[in-house]
Amino acid sequence: MDLFQNLIFGFGVALSWQNLLYCMIGVSVGTLIGVLPGIGPLATIAMLLPITFNVAPVGALIMLAGIYYGAQYGGSTTAILVNLPGETSAVVTCIDGYQMARQGRAGPALAIAAIGSFIAGTFGTMLIAVAGPPLAELALKFGAPEYFSLMLMGLVAAAVLAQGDIMKSLAMVALGLLLGIVGTDVNTGVQRFSLGITELSDGIGFIVVAVGVFAIGEIVANLGNPEERSVFTGKVKGLMPTWADFKQSVGPITRGTLLGSFFGVLPGTGPAIASFASYMVEKKIAKDPSRFGKGAIEGVAGPEAANNADAQCKFIPMLTLGLPASSVMALMLGALTIQGIQPGPEVMVTRPELFWGLIASMWIGNLMLVVLNLPMIGLWVKLLKVPYRFLFPAIMAFSAIGVYSVNNSSFEIYLTALFGVIGFIWIKLGCSPAPMLLGFVLGPMMEEHLRRAMLMSKGDPSVFVTRPISLGFIIATVLILVVIILPAVRSRRGEIAG
Amino acid sequence: MQLAIRNNRDVWAGVMLIVTGAAAVIIARDYAFGSALRMGPGYFPSVLGGLLVLFGLYLIAQGLRSNERIEGNWSLRGLIVLPLSLVLFGVLMEYAGFVPALMVLIVGSAAAGSEFKLKEVLLLATGLTAFAVALFIYGLGLPYPLFTSW
Repeated sequence: MDLFQNLIFGFGVALSWQNLLYCMIGVSVGTLIGVLPGIGPLATIAMLLPITFNVAPVGALIMLAGIYYGAQYGGSTTAILVNLPGETSAVVTCIDGYQMARQGRAGPALAIAAIGSFIAGTFGTMLIAVAGPPLAELALKFGAPEYFSLMLMGLVAAAVLAQGDIMKSLAMVALGLLLGIVGTDVNTGVQRFSLGITELSDGIGFIVVAVGVFAIGEIVANLGNPEERSVFTGKVKGLMPTWADFKQSVGPITRGTLLGSFFGVLPGTGPAIASFASYMVEKKIAKDPSRFGKGAIEGVAGPEAANNADAQCKFIPMLTLGLPASSVMALMLGALTIQGIQPGPEVMVTRPELFWGLIASMWIGNLMLVVLNLPMIGLWVKLLKVPYRFLFPAIMAFSAIGVYSVNNSSFEIYLTALFGVIGFIWIKLGCSPAPMLLGFVLGPMMEEHLRRAMLMSKGDPSVFVTRPISLGFIIATVLILVVIILPAVRSRRGEIAG
Repeated sequence: MQLAIRNNRDVWAGVMLIVTGAAAVIIARDYAFGSALRMGPGYFPSVLGGLLVLFGLYLIAQGLRSNERIEGNWSLRGLIVLPLSLVLFGVLMEYAGFVPALMVLIVGSAAAGSEFKLKEVLLLATGLTAFAVALFIYGLGLPYPLFTSW
């Protein structure tokens, strides 16, 4: 019964008119940037963080969360109508969604994507509500060794499961950890890597890195590769899917939801991985796999459910453990910290309105997205015609104001420019900067827990494997590495032999 | 061979990692290393720096073997002009005020792109600045002077 009382309490928080408004703003902005290629939730949340300073913590979190999952909805619209993923998570949706649109079935494709996302979102929200409290209770028992092992597992999983070269991702994690160390050492007061610059004694600002790498770096990379957009000009007629469409989509939506929830809890797996996995499953079990790629509705329903379930479930580790499972969640943590709330398992007890209010608002937000978005598709299509040359100066302006307003510091602006250049170089060298940001956030915490654990155990590193929970995390870490790296090595050997 | 390395994606990634890692290790020598029991401020960074060097060596080896090229086009103009206009924004925020800083930033950023039409860009800059002033200065009450008097 506790669950129900808590949910009712949560809805009470989320249904206040301010919070409804923040939710509405969040999902609208989210859909907007989801529709527009070239700007993602990460950069947007980083830019809008300063706006949330003046908002109560609940409202701020509700709005930022809305941007995140709203972007998943918006991304599919662009994928289906323009054959261009508005968000990386919608890459898979392009394959069959655009084919459906070309066959004059854009309406059903969009509708099934929205319905699938809604079902997945509802399930994900319920999962957080059910699994959150016991997880947080467990986490309260964690000591320094457990936290260190957990973070190690998270970072390794993030690096290994991210797209691209595993070694590069691991290297970027290590680089991020190192960047996180810059500033005053909390234990000894020693200035580390601050190069005698006073502004660096508090460390490098999180927003500086995020905006620099993800907003500025991305723009520079985009300018090198001018995009081509051909908006689907055919009329979107007949929104409602047929009964047959529904029957065909039930299975894929269910499986996609479950897959997405599973991947969602894993750190580092972006929604793209969940939707890709779902697509592969649907294709594999289909009676006639040759329909895929030619407008199979299962290829839209499954992946869209998967990416939204993934997005919702990413909140579980953030809300219960205070650990970010993705770079967007790292930003959410940043938002909480700026509001003076120390993220962690205690939040659920000390600030229940935050946890339950956010959960309730996520369900409301998902509902808003379905109800609002389908009638507004025409408007989103028009927005797609805004050329990038108007878009990126606006992104620059909001980024600059956002960074400056955190500490009213021009120095941080210069640092952002520097990180923009560095981020661009890493992108060009095929190293994704996302794992770096995770390492950057976790760096100071990880060092602190490592030091404490070693003090506890009097310098004996076996403390990480003699405590059962910590041992579990270590085993999981090793398993992840073995499972992923072994086939990679084998295939590389195969390449050389062949 | 020299040409091949100049374009080799993974070799460059490796070099960057090694330089960063080595710098970290060298700088961290000034901080007490401590022992495993009482880790000094130098312990964690030294280990990480060493790790980065190892990763760098691995990537160089991988690059020499696979010879992966750096893909896509570079917009050298974007790479220089965008960060520069951001720096200008920082300077102007201190000495000239919010409006000039933002105008310069927007026009400067637009100039980083390949299509630049002055009239269009000025219109965009004016519109965006007006919007930003309304939202951030009047709406959210950020305490920045619109123009700094000299």
